[in-house]
This record gives sequence, structure tokens and C-alpha cells, in this order.
Amino acid sequence: MNDDAAIAANGHVSFLDYQGKYKGIRAWILSTDHKRIGIMYLFALITFFAIGVTFGFLIRLELLTPGKTIVEPQVYNEFFTLHGVIMIFLFVIPGIPAVFGNFFLPIMIGAKDVAFPRLNLLSWYLYVTGGILIIVSIIMPGGPADTGWTFYIPYSVRTTTNVIATGTAAFLLGFSSILTGLNFITTIHRLRAPGMAWFKMPLFAWSLYATAWIQVLATPIIGITLLLIIVERVFGVGLFDPALGGDPILYQHLFWIYSHPAVYIMIVPAMGVISEIIPVFARRTIFGYKFIAFSSLGIALFGSLVWGHHMFAVGMSDAGQFVFSFLTFMVAIPSAIKVFNWTATLYKGSISLDPPMLYALAFIFLFSIGGFTGLIQGALSVDIHLTDTSFIVGHFHYVMFGGTGMGVFAALHYWLPKMFGRMYNMKRAKVAFWIIFVGFNTLYFPMFVMGWLGMPRRYYDYLPEYTVYHQIATVGSWILIIGMGIMFTNLIRGILKGNVVTEKNIWGGETLEWATDTPPIHENFEEIPLVTGTPYEYKQNDIEELPEEVIH
Amino acid sequence: MIAQASNLVNTVNNTFYFIVGVSVFFLVIITFCMVYFVIRYSRKRNPKATNIHGNVPLEIAWTVIPTLIALVMFWYGWTDYKLESSPPADTYNIGVTGQMWQWRFQYPNGLEMDSLYLPLNKDVKVSITSKDVNHSFFIPAFRVKKDAIPGRTNIAWFRPEKEGVYNFFCAEYCGMRHSYMITKAIVLPLNDFNSYINNRFAAMKTSQANDSIKAAQHDTTKSTQHK
Repeated sequence: MNDDAAIAANGHVSFLDYQGKYKGIRAWILSTDHKRIGIMYLFALITFFAIGVTFGFLIRLELLTPGKTIVEPQVYNEFFTLHGVIMIFLFVIPGIPAVFGNFFLPIMIGAKDVAFPRLNLLSWYLYVTGGILIIVSIIMPGGPADTGWTFYIPYSVRTTTNVIATGTAAFLLGFSSILTGLNFITTIHRLRAPGMAWFKMPLFAWSLYATAWIQVLATPIIGITLLLIIVERVFGVGLFDPALGGDPILYQHLFWIYSHPAVYIMIVPAMGVISEIIPVFARRTIFGYKFIAFSSLGIALFGSLVWGHHMFAVGMSDAGQFVFSFLTFMVAIPSAIKVFNWTATLYKGSISLDPPMLYALAFIFLFSIGGFTGLIQGALSVDIHLTDTSFIVGHFHYVMFGGTGMGVFAALHYWLPKMFGRMYNMKRAKVAFWIIFVGFNTLYFPMFVMGWLGMPRRYYDYLPEYTVYHQIATVGSWILIIGMGIMFTNLIRGILKGNVVTEKNIWGGETLEWATDTPPIHENFEEIPLVTGTPYEYKQNDIEELPEEVIH
Repeated sequence: MIAQASNLVNTVNNTFYFIVGVSVFFLVIITFCMVYFVIRYSRKRNPKATNIHGNVPLEIAWTVIPTLIALVMFWYGWTDYKLESSPPADTYNIGVTGQMWQWRFQYPNGLEMDSLYLPLNKDVKVSITSKDVNHSFFIPAFRVKKDAIPGRTNIAWFRPEKEGVYNFFCAEYCGMRHSYMITKAIVLPLNDFNSYINNRFAAMKTSQANDSIKAAQHDTTKSTQHK
């Protein structure tokens, strides 16, 4: 059956019920529909996230008391490596672009699909293969890598654990990321609906566009670097290992040339989500549209030039230290501009604190703490004291989890009803939010304190003076996990058994995904929309309230 | 409270507390605005929103002012760092070698120890290297950290300004017993320090001498037996 015939046979049915060439499970795993691929990403992502959380929980449990609490040092080192690798490569990097970008980018710019649907499916397979390889490395002889997610040489050349398996996985995941980026750039350039000029695009699309360029330009470097590690380990070519005549600092440069921009691959799409949610729930136009759009590009540009700030203690030249510290302070400015514009968007709004908005506001608060602690570490002399202590662990969890993680949670609460046509329980969602917010700060804030007091990171054991901070943090991890348990249970129950939503526009948004059916039909629109205005006009300000029966 | 025991402490602390202060100030403003707007412009109190598309002077203000403040922060960090990275001409020099999972310290007279003894109020320069993988020399009470990297020698300097025993950590992940690669930095008044170093050196020489006599005897016995 060709597509036209399929549409004729199906009428305008939801993509969830659409009958194409394949039936059953094959209708999903062979589908090139961007929405189905987005949902497949969602389930894979949540699975890996759960595994990553488990390792995080085990790390904190081990640190509950000095000395041995549950496992030996070697196992602890494998825990934090797996936690880092899974969370970075399988959750925060792909997270928002692969799930919500895939599902909503084409709809938001008025397209039927992404530019290369088959490549899109291939990138999902690469992602899942990479993920499975990491999981399999846990049970392979030799055990999972114990190098930390940074794979620093020479240690990663010497360890007998499965560094090659993990490196190969990261390489595959990098390819997946590049293909997604390439797809999004082309989609945005070529497939915008008639009338959708660049500055009429939703800010989420802008953030994905900036991110996609980083993915395409920076990811090949980590791919090549990981291949070089494998070449060094397997063939004994002296590239990075001084025992073979190589330079370990070269490795660190290559690693961070990718991995710092990767931080922006992680956070910029979340900023895009926040830029969507805030105007919708404040029911007014976004403040400073162009400044928010351009600040994404500014972050993408400056963010590519600051990698050296991970290496202030390795012994770089003074000129290098000067430039990297200077640019680090400059990259803070576009992020600050976003925060100010979001806050100004609340001014004279008509604000309703629905769950997506709560997570968006938590994002602003937690990301600000992450950003300010970034400034603290940007200062050379202070960073010398703080680098490789738990201060940095606190900092990047505030940015990555308080930022991107809250962005994912916000996006889930905002868009899941659209994706599945069912609503979660609002009250339970709010309860879960507050537990998560309290647990998060209890877990990560003590890390700033003990880091300033000198507690090094990646320590299995610690001196008794740090005990109290570790114990508060561990209790925080329990609260956080309870909160997330309630949140995910509520969302999954919502998808399966929640009240059916048929309204197109449940929140009162003005971007195009709210103009399609709920859930969207196959190929998104009955006819390609003609775009006339900007996405956050709110001219009438007279959107109906969410019907009661949907909420409760 | 973290101990403050070197000449670098004040500069690092001042920059740290300056940036923390500015950050808390802005965080409070942002959070206050957010909470105030959420309450003041809640849908109940303000059912109809007012559209404001932006304000260019405001955008310029909140771009330029944070940039200037960031520049000041950068400058403080940089000038402190210049101090940290420029050892004075006349220093007491100690070699530091990291290896999985212990530290070795070499003194000018040839003494080698696994605790770092330091003279009070004397400028100390350390030359840091590693025998195997990356490690990092970290004394929180001095605000000093520098990586120990095989095949390369990194320099750091400081002046211990308070007698006492301080924690010395390895701060770069180096494998299984990374968290046990810790020792102590012990600051003694100059005279005590000198006599301690000399005594330890004499003891080391004697034991080395004894060892070599024993070894020689051992060899002789062996060779006799062989005959």
C-alpha cells in the first residue's frame, strides 16, 4: 500500500492508530514517522535514565558512611563511571532533541516529517545499539570501564576493564547525535511551512537549530578521539600515553573540545523548552524574542571556545589560562540574557502554575545556581582550589539535572498529553514536583560546601570531617528518588489510563503543535498551514480555561 | 571551617567571597522577581495579561552590566593566578612524585619521605610529576592544586604561614585506591623543620648503610655457599 492509498484508507487518523505497511511491533520499529521515532526514543531514554538513577543511588548509598558501606572501591569506581556514561551519552545529550525535537520540530515549523526520515530511524538504531553495548559491558569479562566518563589517559590505556566496549558505544552514540543534528539543520532550512520566516519560528526550533550545529561540528572530534584510544590500546601506537611517547594533555584537549560544547548540546534544547512553556502559562508574548534566539547562537559560538577551563590545573601556558578564563566569563552572558528575558516574560502575565510551569520556574532557579557557581569556577585562582572537588559535581548537577533534567520533566508534563491524547493527574504531578525540588537541593547543595572545604570528587572513602555533608546528600537522594517515582508513575498511568484529551489546545499555546489534532494525525496536518504571525502573539488573551473534567 | 594556612589563602578567599556575594545578590533579585510576579500576576489576580514584546534599552542594560561585572570577576581571578604561577626567586625546592597510590617527596639533601614536611614562613616551590597515570597535588588549607602528569613537571609554589598538620589529597582520579592516596602536609618552624629533615636524612643514611652491609654479608654468605 503506498502512502496516498494508506491515507485514503485511514482517513485522518491519529499517528498512534495509523495503519501503514507494517503491523504490530514492526509498525513501530520500522516506522520512519518522526512522531513514532520520537516515542521510541522516549521509552529507550526513560529506561536508560532509570538505570542511570540506580547507579547514582548506589553511589550515594556507598558514601553514606566513611569506609565500606556496600561495595569495594573497584565496584564503586565502576558505578560512577556507568552513572556518568549513561547519564551523559544516553540521557542528557540525546534527551530533548531526540524525543521532543523529533516529535515536535516538524510540527512546530509546519512540516510533515523531518528531511531524512530513514536517517532518523537509523539514528535511533545507533542510539539503542550504543546503549545496549554499554549495558552489556557490565557483564562482559573484565567488567565495566572504571575510568570515569572522561576516559583520561594514561589510566584508560592501563586499566583492564572494558574501555573499548564503552568507547565504541560512545562512538556509535556520537554518530546518532550527528545524524540527528544534520537532519534538524536540513529540516529547518528546507521544510518550514509557507510564511514561516526565520523570526517566526518558535524558540524551541531556534534552540534545536543552534544545538544541531554543535552536534554536527563538535561530535566528530570525540569520535576520532575515541578511535585513537582504541588504536593506542590495540596497536600500541604512542599518541597519548607517555609510556609510548605520547602526550596525555593532548587527549584532554581533544576530549574537551567536544565535551565542553556537548554541555551546550545538553542545555540549549532545555532552554528552548522553557522559552515555549513560560509564555504559554503566563499567557502573554515572550519578552525579547530575538535576544533569546540569538543568545542560543551566541552560546553555540562561545561555548565552542572555552574547553580549556576544564584544565586549569594541568599546567597550561599563562596565555592559555587567560584566554580560556576570559571566554568562560563571556559565555555566561548569553545565558544570563535568557534568564532575564524569561523573568521579564512573567511581568504582567496571567500566570497559572500548572505542572509544566512549575518545572520551568524550577529550571530558572536551579539553572541560575548552576550558572553562578560556574562563574565561581571560571575565576582562575578559585578554580585551582575547586577543580576536581565535589563543588564541580554540585555545579554540573545543578546545570545538567537542575537545568536539562527539569527541562525534560517540564517537556514531559507539557507535551505528553498532546503526544498520547491522555492526561496525567495534575495534583499528583504537583506533589511530585515539590518532593523532587526539595530532594534535589538536599542532595546537591551540600556538595558545594564540602567541595569548598576540600572534599575531592570520585572518592570512595573520605575523612570523618566530611561525613555530615555526605549524609545529608544521601538522604537527599532518597527524597529525590521518591519524588521521581511518584512523577513517573503518574505520567505512565496518565498515558495508559488517564482521561482522554481531544481538545487541540489544552494549555492555550499558539505554536503549531496546538493547531493539530490530539494526538496528531499521520503527517501532522490535514493541509500544510500558512503562517502569518509570530508564535507568541496572544492578541485576544481569551483562551478558554482547561475543562475541569480533563484536570481531575 | 576550612583551615587557612598559606600566603595564597587570602587572595583566593577574597575572590571567592566576592563572586559568591555578587551571585547571591543577583540570585535573590531573580528569585524575588519570579516569586513576586507569579503571585502578583497570577491568573486569579490578573486574568488578562499585557503583551510586552521587549525593551531594547533594558536588553542593553542587562547585557552590558553583567558583562562588566564578569570582567571584574575575571580580572580578580587572573591577578591571583599570576601570583600563584610566579614563584619568587629564592625558594625552598621540593620534588613531588605521584604513583598509584602514594606520594613521594624529595628534599634538596636527598631525603625522600611520604609525608610533606614544610618550613614555616618560607617560600616553597614544588616540582610535581608522576610515574604512571595522572594524579593531582592538592592541599585545601593552602588553596594549592596542580596535576601530576607523567612525562612532565609542573611547578607550584606557596608559603606556609601557620604551623600544623594539614590534609593532602590526590585530586585527579587514578584508579582503585584513588581515595586512599592521601597523606599529610606538616608545617614546622624553620629550626624544627631543619633538624627534622637532617635527622631523618641521617637515619635514612644509617639504615641504607646497614642495608648495604647486610646485603654485602648476604652476598658473601651466598657466594661462600655456592663454593
